[in-house]
Amino acid sequence: MHGRPRKPLKPVDEAAVAAKAEKLRALQSEFLSNHQNKIYSKEAVELSAKLLEINPELYTAWNYRKLAVQQNLAQCESDPESVNSILNEELKVVENALRQNFKSYGAWHHRKWVLEKGHSSMDKELGLLDKFQAMDARNFHAWNYRRFVAALMKRSDEDELEHTQNMIDKNLSNYSAWHNRSVLLSNLMKKAAPGFTNKDEVLTREYELVREALFTDEDDQSGWFYHLWLLDQTVRSEFPLLVSSWPVEGSDISLPAADYLDGCASMNVFHYSSRNFPLVLYFNQYVRGVNSSTVSVSCGFNLNADLIWRPLSSNDSQSAKVWATHLAIPDAELHSSEAYQVEVKVGFSLGIVSTTGVAYSHPSQISFQLHLQKAPLESGQDSRFGRIQWKDDCFAVYEPGSVEPDLVNLLDNLTIKNEVESTASTWQARIIDDETNIFRDLLDCKIGKLTVARLLTSYNSLRPLDKPVHCKEVLELYSELMKLDPSHYRYYKDNHSLVLLQQVTSSKESLLSRCFHYRDSTLSTNGGPLCLRLNNLAISQLGSFEKLLWVQMLDLSNNELQSIEGLEALQLLSQLCLSNNKFRSFTALESLRCLKSLKVLDISQNEIGSHSIDTTRYLFHSPLSHSVGSCDWNINYLSSKTYWEAFFVLKDMGLTQLDVAGNAITSQSFNVFLEKLLPTLKWLDGVEVN
Amino acid sequence: MSEPPQYPPVDPTTFDLVVIGTGLPESVIAAAASTSGKSVLHLDPNPFYGSHFASLSIPELTSFLNSSSAPPVSLSSSQAADGATEDPKFSIINLSCRSLYSDVEISSLSPTLLEECSRKFLLDVSGPRVLFCADKAIDLMMKSEASQYVEFKGIDASFIGDGNGALSAVPDSRAAIFKDKSLNLIQKNQLMRFFKLVQGHLRATAAAASTIDENQNEEGEVQEAASMISEEDLESPFVDFLTKMQLPPKIKSIILYAIAMADHDQENREISKHLLKTKDGVDRLARYQSSIGRFANAYGPFIYPIYGQGELPQAFCRRAAVKGCIYVLRMGVVGLLVEKSSGSYKGVKLASGQELFSNKLLLNPAFTISSPSTSPADPLCVKSPHLTVQTVKSKVVRGICITKRSLKPDISNLLVLYPPQSLYPEQFTPIRVLQIGGNSAICPVGMFVLYLLALCEDGAEGKKLLNGAMSALLAFPDCSKSDSVVHDENVSQTVGSEEGKPALLWSALYVQEMQTMGRSDFITSTPTPDGDLDYSSLFDATLELFQTMYPNTDVFPETSSSEEHGGENLES
Repeated sequence: MHGRPRKPLKPVDEAAVAAKAEKLRALQSEFLSNHQNKIYSKEAVELSAKLLEINPELYTAWNYRKLAVQQNLAQCESDPESVNSILNEELKVVENALRQNFKSYGAWHHRKWVLEKGHSSMDKELGLLDKFQAMDARNFHAWNYRRFVAALMKRSDEDELEHTQNMIDKNLSNYSAWHNRSVLLSNLMKKAAPGFTNKDEVLTREYELVREALFTDEDDQSGWFYHLWLLDQTVRSEFPLLVSSWPVEGSDISLPAADYLDGCASMNVFHYSSRNFPLVLYFNQYVRGVNSSTVSVSCGFNLNADLIWRPLSSNDSQSAKVWATHLAIPDAELHSSEAYQVEVKVGFSLGIVSTTGVAYSHPSQISFQLHLQKAPLESGQDSRFGRIQWKDDCFAVYEPGSVEPDLVNLLDNLTIKNEVESTASTWQARIIDDETNIFRDLLDCKIGKLTVARLLTSYNSLRPLDKPVHCKEVLELYSELMKLDPSHYRYYKDNHSLVLLQQVTSSKESLLSRCFHYRDSTLSTNGGPLCLRLNNLAISQLGSFEKLLWVQMLDLSNNELQSIEGLEALQLLSQLCLSNNKFRSFTALESLRCLKSLKVLDISQNEIGSHSIDTTRYLFHSPLSHSVGSCDWNINYLSSKTYWEAFFVLKDMGLTQLDVAGNAITSQSFNVFLEKLLPTLKWLDGVEVN
Repeated sequence: MSEPPQYPPVDPTTFDLVVIGTGLPESVIAAAASTSGKSVLHLDPNPFYGSHFASLSIPELTSFLNSSSAPPVSLSSSQAADGATEDPKFSIINLSCRSLYSDVEISSLSPTLLEECSRKFLLDVSGPRVLFCADKAIDLMMKSEASQYVEFKGIDASFIGDGNGALSAVPDSRAAIFKDKSLNLIQKNQLMRFFKLVQGHLRATAAAASTIDENQNEEGEVQEAASMISEEDLESPFVDFLTKMQLPPKIKSIILYAIAMADHDQENREISKHLLKTKDGVDRLARYQSSIGRFANAYGPFIYPIYGQGELPQAFCRRAAVKGCIYVLRMGVVGLLVEKSSGSYKGVKLASGQELFSNKLLLNPAFTISSPSTSPADPLCVKSPHLTVQTVKSKVVRGICITKRSLKPDISNLLVLYPPQSLYPEQFTPIRVLQIGGNSAICPVGMFVLYLLALCEDGAEGKKLLNGAMSALLAFPDCSKSDSVVHDENVSQTVGSEEGKPALLWSALYVQEMQTMGRSDFITSTPTPDGDLDYSSLFDATLELFQTMYPNTDVFPETSSSEEHGGENLES
């Protein structure tokens, strides 16, 4: 039961408990011998009933009764009356057991078992449930059983919805009732039952109901959970849509000619390899079924026919928001000075489906131009930049209009325009607008602030093409919440970070203000690589990846990051600085495994190795898990057992430069391990590797 | 009153206490005195229990109101004069009976309909009255074990009425606020926040009071201090505190009159004599809210005894009888025996002529003692108390209406409040209405009794108040037709129609005085029924009386056999 403190036993009770235990033991041993000898006599069955009334948790006894019932039923199959009396007896035993402990799984299960035999009046079951729910309105066993009975007697969802309303009227803190309401409404809307065909109207009604509860008692959380569910129902797009892509529509991309070395550069801002040119599709939700038959890529030259599309997710599931493939352009096919039109068509044939089973049905097409560039190399090699140094004086402010019109063009077209989206979102926007205005009256309480912040954020998510509004207000709200409610600091901080990133990535201007040219003393020319610097923002979570697919060099240093989940979408990333954050383990860096282009990584000055268990993350491949496969991890790295996580994340990476200093894990032996693990490594913690 | 029947003489003839009148205060004291081992004789000249707290049939009530509204008469002028005392040491002082009631106005608008069942009613003389589930009255009943003789029904709902007859539910709990249709979101929030503020204050006060919890950390104490209402606010008028909390007038009115049960206009300072302090307002709010849900079968904060209010004094009388108290009904007292030498009270002379002796005498407020002699030099005058009306506090107007339809369909037992000025501008006191239906066994099933109450200065004002509420709630059948038997059909048709207000079938309006009486060492008078909706003050006053009569005696001391009866007697 809820809200009832447990009282310590009095000495008198203790004696009674001991006596009871003695009696129970006697009963139990007698029962077990009956069970073993398969004795199903009347007396033996009665004994088990007696035992279960005292201890309903004894599932062996429930099973024994099932066997007894089966045997007895077999004997009197023809006589409906005796069948009834046998089953009625079972219901009675269950009821008595539930009176003793109405949270006994075994007892509820036994009752279901009896009911499945097609017995008992369902009205009686509902009556019984009303009794149990009167005792404890939030007893989830009773709610589960109610769903079972309602399904068995084909009670309409509408009637059950009415029941949740009654329960909420009695006590608005009933989480179970609110939850069941959300389940029933989802069903009704899915079935498009009469009165539930119009999602707009249904949700408006529900907002009105929960609003009454929230204003009545803003401290009660159950209603807020329901409000959150409603908000999700309002905002969530049913249809999978393509949000952004790399390359973007209409872009013009220069590739170094094949006779120059891969991965090395021209005077341009972007550097690609013709052998490993990524295509990235970013959807608005998790989808599966992205493959060479659902996505067609055509161009003027002959491509390898079957492109392998990979889901970019750290787990092994076959669904992801982001999908990528890599083009390997055959050297011979390309001629310089000629431009090749590439077209990517998504969803022209069926097969891409959301996790809820909705098919991708708004075909998109992305076309861009590729051409070969035979610019002469200045000083030849990769190592021409020497070691990348993430120091402020190595970055020069990007001056708009200086060189790269293609960058400007790109930043203008980061998101894909979906007409469906903009027309469908009018009623959602109205609902959210109304809700926001109403909840502004509760801004003097914690949850009111949070809700307004959530509503404003949702409003922006409905209009992905427009510049987000109210960002400043939302950021202020989260800042206030962090001060007001320190125990949930992290949650507010994460949301604050997401909104901040939304703001930063919202426009070309604000992105450009964070773009810098990298150059160091060894580089005489202006045109070093372009770096997006999101450092010193105090962000604790990353987001807005759909607008960052173009980034090759990223500085996230001096933040409060604990994880880089989602960063795997940035397939072009070749230099990444994560120093001075709060990473606690290599598992927090698992996304790196998907970043095949990464060459330079700085994870110095973090907390890697100082926590034996990373409590912020709880799922990770262990050396024993099958998902990793029979990989070569037991080849002869001396310390790979000790450094399993580092091994798992960093193996197969072509890093040329790595900084790990300032972490608890760093040691001489770790460095030795890294040098062995990463044969391409040229710089480790600023020291040239032999 | 009929001739007193021939009773066998009362034996024994000496008691610790003689109680005259079986009203609730008399019965409680009789029970308390008996329980503490006193020998008690409990008399009532009426043929029924309860005196001013009785529940009576229509003829009984009519007779009771009219007879006791007659001008004060000496019960026994002839007998007292005739009856010489048996012992020459004593002289007799006359006992007079006067009426608490005036302006009695009884109208029967459907004579035939009621004729058939006029004896099937149990109408409360001092209605409307209900009990808070968490009231001291309930605790006292359980402690005295009088509760085992009474069963209760919950009052299902409380409403606030307006001049147009519309009723809106009183949002008195979280669930009620949630379901309320008349408050807007902001008002709901304000009201609930105020409830929480008060709860926080009460918790903090309780925590501060309990010195047991020594381990509390300092931070906790600071938080509690912050959630307490300041001493200054507690002493200020409750209405000012509500204003300070920025509550809108509508919510203030709900809190003041429907929850804190203020009985005078709190906004009008010139007229209002009784401004409720915040301290008391908070306590009343606490009582109201802890009443909700105390008993599983009572949905709201109030309960009402099945078979009417008269059950309560009877329950205490039965308790007293179990503890050895002797009961004689239909037995008047003609005079008091006073010792000539000392002038002090020694006993009573019954209407039967028997003389009985007791140390103390308890009288119900209808009785006054008049001096046998006009001479101030008479030693009796000096030494024996003149038990006369000391202060007329004020008046309360009560009304009883009978209908055949509930004010609200599907709800049988309900309360309605008309806050000051809700009916007309000169309405300075709230009017309270209690409807009880046949399921409480006080009237035939399908009929309903409405009790009305308001404090007033005089009869005219009182009648105006109640008539205002009655015409807002009820339909008055055409008076010209009401005498005619033929048109009873029409009445029942009106009653049967679903639209419009329930038709009034019978009504009684009467004004009752509220007084405190004088007191002497040996003779005590109980308080008159007060103008409250609940019994709280009445029980307080009664227990105080008992303590002055028997200073060092426990009231219903705990016995080992008494167990918790919480809610057992509530009918489901």
